[in-house]
Amino acid sequence: MSNNINRRGFLKQAGAVVAAGSLPLSLVEIAFGKDSPANFSFAYISDSHITHIKGNEFVRNWDRGLKRAVAEANLLDPRPDFIFYGGDIAQLGKPEELDHGLEILSGLRGDVHYVMGEHDYYLDLGDYWKKKLGPDHYSFDHKGVHFVVLNSILTYDDWTNNKWPTAAERMHQMARLDNPQGSPFMVGDAQRDWLKQDLDKVSKDTPVVVFSHSPIQKIHKGWNFWTDDAEQVQALLKPFSKVTVIYGHVHQIQYNQIGNISFHSAMATAWPWPYPSTYRQVESYLPRLTVEMNRANPFFERDATGWQFINLHTGNVDMSYMLPGNTNRVVAFDTATGKPVDTRYQAVANRIPPQVHY
Amino acid sequence: MKNPFGYCLVCIGLGLAVAGPAAADEFSAADQARWQAEYLSVVKQGEKLFHGGLGNENTVSCDQCHPNASNTHPETYPKFQQQLGRVAVLGEMINWCIMNPLEGKPLALDSPEMVALQSYITYERRGVELAPGKH
Repeated sequence: MSNNINRRGFLKQAGAVVAAGSLPLSLVEIAFGKDSPANFSFAYISDSHITHIKGNEFVRNWDRGLKRAVAEANLLDPRPDFIFYGGDIAQLGKPEELDHGLEILSGLRGDVHYVMGEHDYYLDLGDYWKKKLGPDHYSFDHKGVHFVVLNSILTYDDWTNNKWPTAAERMHQMARLDNPQGSPFMVGDAQRDWLKQDLDKVSKDTPVVVFSHSPIQKIHKGWNFWTDDAEQVQALLKPFSKVTVIYGHVHQIQYNQIGNISFHSAMATAWPWPYPSTYRQVESYLPRLTVEMNRANPFFERDATGWQFINLHTGNVDMSYMLPGNTNRVVAFDTATGKPVDTRYQAVANRIPPQVHY
Repeated sequence: MKNPFGYCLVCIGLGLAVAGPAAADEFSAADQARWQAEYLSVVKQGEKLFHGGLGNENTVSCDQCHPNASNTHPETYPKFQQQLGRVAVLGEMINWCIMNPLEGKPLALDSPEMVALQSYITYERRGVELAPGKH
């Protein structure tokens, strides 16, 4: 399972947690950054979509996913240095939803870094989220790795400011994934200028890990598995030797390699999404590299969720997917081809029927 | 919502009252266009029901797991539904979703709402070959 003794021990301990009940969060291990031989890990939880019904009632299913992720993240040993939350705490951006989600997340042991999702944003353009959690784009260094967080779910000003009669209507429209009246996500000029200045201060051999809610690559515009200025953001990351982008939003396993940039998605705590290719009326562009997750069994609420270990010991990602009720998977960076590949299922002949989506 | 079976009754009625034996299968392009428009109007109603129009108290909607009705596979029904241990029709699985993630009340299989949901789901899957029983 591992070619790294530290990681093997780490996974062995984590295996006990999985046996206690698998969960929809991602645990990230960085064996060492550029200037630090010290191993460290962090957990990744995303896309909880906490939904307010009325009064003190919230949708039980989505609450359960987040509570389970928090409970099991607290069992991780060794302790993660911090936890990332990948966006979409709320379903409709309501203060009740953000408060309820943050109340559940407050049970986490350790610091949490947050990424803005569109479901957190389009009611009040992120005001309540920012009041509670701070800026929506920022960077920090940790043990030799440069971490960058972007708000990638902005869109055209005209759609945001002029198209809808009320803020609630705007939120409802953006909350519908398959909305023909929707609008593509983007990072935007201001943040790209900020990112350029931020990265100018970082040496080019420093591993860089970027977090965004939407993929900084173009997969399926109709569902916003897409960032409109993806190429421009990728261009800013191009000078660095080791770059990884980790994103939420898609509620499924995706991985890709574009030049020097590795891409990995994280699972949702709430529910899985179909792969875009299963919608037959339009073209989509899932990376050919991706071996898809097993199809979900809807009778098991948390199926097609899982957790991932991301090991950056070479500055590139080796990812272990821990999948409840399914065979675990390892997607390792292949230095020969310079791409992440599934160590078991990558060859077409080795794939199993549940990985076929249609 | 109109009963989709109503049109059949009207057709039979006209056939008996007005036309000779040949009239039953004589229809014009205008008829076809009208019938398609009638169908698409029910698809439209199904789309609304699918996107939060079912009135279930917990507000969860079909499209949250099935954008563009994908991953519903209407072309594979009836099929052996392994979780139920028997052959099921699509409408039963729609009701399973309504009763579980949506925490709502099941629809009669011939209710206008169920007909509209299936019209929308099938329309979004148009062009895909029938594959009864497929998993």
